[in-house]
Amino acid sequence: MHNSHAVVAEQFDDRVQQHEASSLGMWIFLATEIMFFGGLFTGYTIYRNLYTSAFETASHLLNAKIGAFNTVVLICSSLTMALAVHAAQTGKRKRLIAFLLSTMGLGAVFLYIKFVLEWHHEYLDGLAPGLHFTYAGPHASRVELFFCFYFIMTGVHAVHMIVGEGVMTVLLVMAWRGAFSPEKYNPIEMMGLYWHFVDVVWIFLFPLLYLLGARF
Amino acid sequence: MVEHIAPKRMYFFVFGSLLVLTLLTWRIAYVDLGPWNTVVALAIAVCKASLVALFFMHLRWSGSMMRIVVCAAIFWLAIMMTLTLGDILTRNLVSPSHGWQSPATVSHTALPASP
Amino acid sequence: MSSPEVELPIESRVHYLNVDYGIKSWLLTTDHKRIGLMYLVSITFFFCFGGVAAILMRLNLLEPQGLLVEPETYNKLFSMHGIIMVFFFMIPSIPAVLGNFLIPMMIGARDVAFPRLNLLSWYVFMTGGMLTLYAVIAGGVDTGWTFYTPLSTAYTNTHVMAAAAGVFIAGFSSILTGMNFVVTIHKMRAPGLSWFRLPLFIWAMYATSIIFILGTPVIAITLALIGLERWFHVGIFDPALGGDPILFQHMFWFYSHPAVYVMILPSMGVVSELISAFSKKKIFGYHFIAFSSIAIAAIGFLVWGHHMFVSGQSLYAGLVFSALSFAVAIPSAVKVFNWTATLYKGSISYEAPMLYALGFIGLFTIGGLTGLYLATLAIDQHVHDTYFVVAHFHYIMVGGAVMGYLGGIHYWWPKISGRLYPDGWARVAAIIIFVGFNLTFFPQFILGYLGMPRRYAVYPPEFHTLNVISTAGASILGLGYIIPLIYLTWSMRYGPEAGPNPWHATGLEWTTASPPPPHNFEETPVVTEEPYSYDRLAEEIQVA
Repeated sequence: MHNSHAVVAEQFDDRVQQHEASSLGMWIFLATEIMFFGGLFTGYTIYRNLYTSAFETASHLLNAKIGAFNTVVLICSSLTMALAVHAAQTGKRKRLIAFLLSTMGLGAVFLYIKFVLEWHHEYLDGLAPGLHFTYAGPHASRVELFFCFYFIMTGVHAVHMIVGEGVMTVLLVMAWRGAFSPEKYNPIEMMGLYWHFVDVVWIFLFPLLYLLGARF
Repeated sequence: MVEHIAPKRMYFFVFGSLLVLTLLTWRIAYVDLGPWNTVVALAIAVCKASLVALFFMHLRWSGSMMRIVVCAAIFWLAIMMTLTLGDILTRNLVSPSHGWQSPATVSHTALPASP
Repeated sequence: MSSPEVELPIESRVHYLNVDYGIKSWLLTTDHKRIGLMYLVSITFFFCFGGVAAILMRLNLLEPQGLLVEPETYNKLFSMHGIIMVFFFMIPSIPAVLGNFLIPMMIGARDVAFPRLNLLSWYVFMTGGMLTLYAVIAGGVDTGWTFYTPLSTAYTNTHVMAAAAGVFIAGFSSILTGMNFVVTIHKMRAPGLSWFRLPLFIWAMYATSIIFILGTPVIAITLALIGLERWFHVGIFDPALGGDPILFQHMFWFYSHPAVYVMILPSMGVVSELISAFSKKKIFGYHFIAFSSIAIAAIGFLVWGHHMFVSGQSLYAGLVFSALSFAVAIPSAVKVFNWTATLYKGSISYEAPMLYALGFIGLFTIGGLTGLYLATLAIDQHVHDTYFVVAHFHYIMVGGAVMGYLGGIHYWWPKISGRLYPDGWARVAAIIIFVGFNLTFFPQFILGYLGMPRRYAVYPPEFHTLNVISTAGASILGLGYIIPLIYLTWSMRYGPEAGPNPWHATGLEWTTASPPPPHNFEETPVVTEEPYSYDRLAEEIQVA
C-alpha cells in the first residue's frame, strides 16, 4: 500500500520501530556534527595552548556583553523549540505554529546580532583576517589567528542556524496545513534535536571565544 | 519505548537554570581565578550542555543506544584532541644527545661529499 | 531452506528489475537494490578514470627520464589517481554497492531504515564526483590526494578548491550511508536474528559504518578549512600567523587512516562469507571475527600519526602511534588465522569467488606484514615516501580490498542479476589479475627499499628494470580487470538462470528468489538457527 500520508512508512513494521529508528538516525547525525565542530575545537585548543596570552588579548577585543545576550537569545529559542515539540505531541496546532515562529524569530535575532552588530563592526574595526585586518597591538599575528577561528567557528555555527531556519520554514508550512498530530509529529521532534544541538555548540563557543582570560 | 511527553514546567525550570548558569559564567569571567577561570567556564558549559541534552533533547528518557552514540562521539573527539595535543605539547621535550642537531639549524656551507 | 515459489523462471515473476521500467524508475527509486546497482555503475565509471591515470603514470615510468609527461603533469596524474581511486572507488565500493544491496536482505528486512536518504546519498556522491571530474578536466590538482599544506593552501595554482569541494560533498554520501546502515542493523532485524546470528558481512559493515560516522566529518571540516584558507586567506595552517601545517596533517589523517579501514573491513566481511561458503564449513571463531571487526574500527582511530613520523611530529607522539599501530595489526591477524582454520578440513571448491578470497588472504597478509615494517620508527625513517609505502598500501587495497570486492561481486552476481556468469572465464580473469598484480607491485617493495621515492616522475637509471617489470605487470592487471566487465555484462542477457541458491550457501539472502522481489521476501523470515550452519545444510541435501 503506497500511502504517502501513512503514519508508518513502508519499510517499518510499526510506529514504535519508526520512531526509534528516526531518533537513532538523528542522534547519529548529531554525532557526526560533534566530530565536524570538534575538528574546529581541536584546532582552537591547540593554538590556545600554544599562544595563551595572545588569545586572551584577542578575546578581550570581542564584546562579551553582546555574546552573553546572544547566548540568552539562543537559550530562549531552545525553550520555544521544546515547547513547540510539546505542542505537537499534545495536538495543539496553533501553539505549535506560534512556538515555531518564536524559535525562528529568536534565531533571526541571533543571526542579526551576529552578522550586523558583531561581524560587520569587527570588519570595520580592522579585525577581519584576509579581508581587513589592521590590528597592530602585541602578538598581532597570533591575534589574527584567533580571529580566523572566531569567524570560522561562528560562521559554521551560523550556517547551521540558517539551515535550521530553512527547515523550520518547511515545517511551519506543513504545520499550517495540519500535517502534524499526536500520532505524527516526528519531524518536529527531530528538528528540536537539531536546534538544541546548535544551541549546545554555542554554549561552548561563548566562553571559549568571549570569556578567555579574566577581564578585570 | 514509549514516546515521552515531558511536563511543561520541567522545560521552564531547565530554562531558568540555563539563564542562571549563563549569568554565572559571565560574571565569573570578571573575577581573577588564575588558571581556574578556564576550568570553571568549561565546567559551567558542560553543565548547561548536559541540561539541554538530558531534558530539552529528552536524552534522560531515550534508549541506551542514543546515550552510547553521544558518549562515543564525545569520546572520539577526546581521542582526536588528546593525541594531537600529545604531539604539540611534547615537540621540544626531547633534548638532542650526542651532538645531534636539527637539520634546520645545520649550516649548509659544508655538506659532506656523497658516497 | 528455500520455498518452492522462488524456483519460478525469471520472466514469469515480478522482481526488482522488471517491476518498473524507464529512467525515472531508476533515478527516483528508493529500492536499496536499485540504488546499489546505480552505485555499481558510478564507481565503475570512476574506476576507469582512476585507472587511466594509473596507466599514464606507469607508462611514464618506463623510462628513467620520464617517457610521457612533464613532472608537473605527473604530479597531477598521481593526485587524480589517488583522489578518484580513494574517494570515488575504494571507499564507496563494497559499502555502497554490496552493502546497500545485501544488508536488508541479510537481516530479513524490506529495505534500509531511510530509503530516501539512501537515494540522496547517491545523488550527493555523484555531485561530488562530477565536481572532482571538473577539477580533472579543468587541469587537475597536483598536491597529491593528501592535500598537504602549505602547498595546497598557499603555493599551488591548481584546482584545489574544486577537488576539495568534490571530496567534501562526497563525504556526506558516506555519512548518510553509515547512518542508514547502523540504524537498519539495530532496528530492522528479522525476528530471531540476534546479534550473534548475523552474518559476518553485517558485522564488518557495522564496523565500517562506525568509521563513516565518526571519521568522515573530520575530513569534511579539514577540507573546508583548506578552502577557506585559499579563498578568504583565513589561514589557520599558515605559519605566518603562527599556524601549524602539521595540524593539517593531524586532522587529515585522523579521518584518512580510519578510511583505509573503511576500505578493507567490508572486504574482510566478504571474505568471511566466501571462505565459509566455498569450504562448505561453518566459519571458525565467529565471535573472534565479529569482535575483531569492531576492534579494527576502534583501534584504527588511534594510529593516524604513523603517517607523520618524519613530518616534525614529536618523537614521543611517534612512539605512542608506533605502539598503537602494532596493536591494530592483531585483530587483522586474528581474522587471517580464523579463515585459515575454516579452510582446514573443509570441502573446498575453487570457483572464481573462492580464488579471489584465497588471493585476498595471501596478498593482504603480505600487505599487512609490510605495514608492521612501516610502523617501526627506525625503518620508516628510511622507507617513508618511497615505493615501499606504495607497494604496501596497494597490496592491501588492490590485492586485498579490490580482490574481495571482485569476489563479492561474483559471489552475489547470481542474486543481483538472476543469472550465472561463465565461471571458466572468471577463474582465468582472477588468475590474470593475481599474476598481473604481483608483477606490478612486488618490484615496488624492492624499489622502495633501495630508495626510489614515490611521487617522482623521474628516477635514477639503476631502478629502470624493476620499473619496466612493474609497468608490464600493470598492463596485465588492466587486462584482467577488463575481462569481468565483458562477461558479467554478457551474462545479464545470456547467462543461464541461477535460481535462488546456486552456491548452496547459508544466509537469508539465498532463501529468496534471484533476482529478488521488490520487497526482498514474500514474507518476513523468522531466524531459528546459527549462521553458517553448513553441517545442517549438508544433512538436508543428503536427505533430499
